[in-house]
Amino acid sequence: MKVRVYVTLKKGVLDPQGKAIHHALEGLGFSGINDVRAGKLIELDMEEGAGDDDVEEMCRKLLANTVIENFVIENDKVRIERAESAA
Amino acid sequence: MKSAVIVFPGSNCDRDMAEALRLVSGRAPAMVWHRESELPAGLDLIAIPGGFSYGDYLRAGAMAAQSPVMRAVSEAAERGVLVLGVCNGFQVLTEARLLPGALMRNSGIRFVGRDVAVTVENSQSPFTAGYEAGEEIVLPVAHHDGNFQADDEILDRLEGEGRIAFRYAGEVNGSARGIAGILNQAGNVLGMMPHPERAVEAAHGFAGGRRLFEGLLEAVGQPA
Repeated sequence: MKVRVYVTLKKGVLDPQGKAIHHALEGLGFSGINDVRAGKLIELDMEEGAGDDDVEEMCRKLLANTVIENFVIENDKVRIERAESAA
Repeated sequence: MKSAVIVFPGSNCDRDMAEALRLVSGRAPAMVWHRESELPAGLDLIAIPGGFSYGDYLRAGAMAAQSPVMRAVSEAAERGVLVLGVCNGFQVLTEARLLPGALMRNSGIRFVGRDVAVTVENSQSPFTAGYEAGEEIVLPVAHHDGNFQADDEILDRLEGEGRIAFRYAGEVNGSARGIAGILNQAGNVLGMMPHPERAVEAAHGFAGGRRLFEGLLEAVGQPA
């Protein structure tokens, strides 16, 4: 079973990479972009029946730094969002 | 002073750190590989050097923080052993939650490698006892992810408890409140982005980092 973990910077945390991408897109002539935020996608291939709780623990222990990042866990059935207040 | 330098795959300031420790203390440190689960007995100081441990994969310091040796470092820190993390070492200490906050990409995106003026904010810690409070020293920085961030509550607590050891005298990387180095609550763990080990002898051009190591010797009862 494929599990996808999306790691994104918390709201309010400055994202220098997102900003650079934003400027580069405008430099290419694209307009109407309000904001760009860059994040990571981590794909796990898990055994059937492996618990979602485990993935959540993986996120807290390693995949995300919850001081500055939020994470979303998604498989074909469910989507668990862990959005916390801004750092 | 009995010291150890932790070596991760991708560390590149481990030998600079070892040389600075040898030069100032007269005793070469033990070099401890990241796979070790035990540290040499009777250490006064553990140094976590700069570099790009594990290629900075996932986040700078994230993989190193989970390595076997870091469990031993955490236990030693709890017992009061002095722990100095420089540059990538600072990133490792925040990822290991031995220090609060996080080190993010420099606000200007670019890698910053130059000599910067740093103000000593607190001269009461074992790491800064060789300096005067408010003194300005010059140390080299060389990092891509040195932008220290934490929420306001943590930043206020760091200020209130005198745990900001060093502050940049000018803008360097976007760090909240200009923070260049912080202490843990007990005062025995210091993380800093500037490199004191690259400023310990005349050949380095300036020696502002030397007194950090001399202060440590003093703190463990073996003045230089």
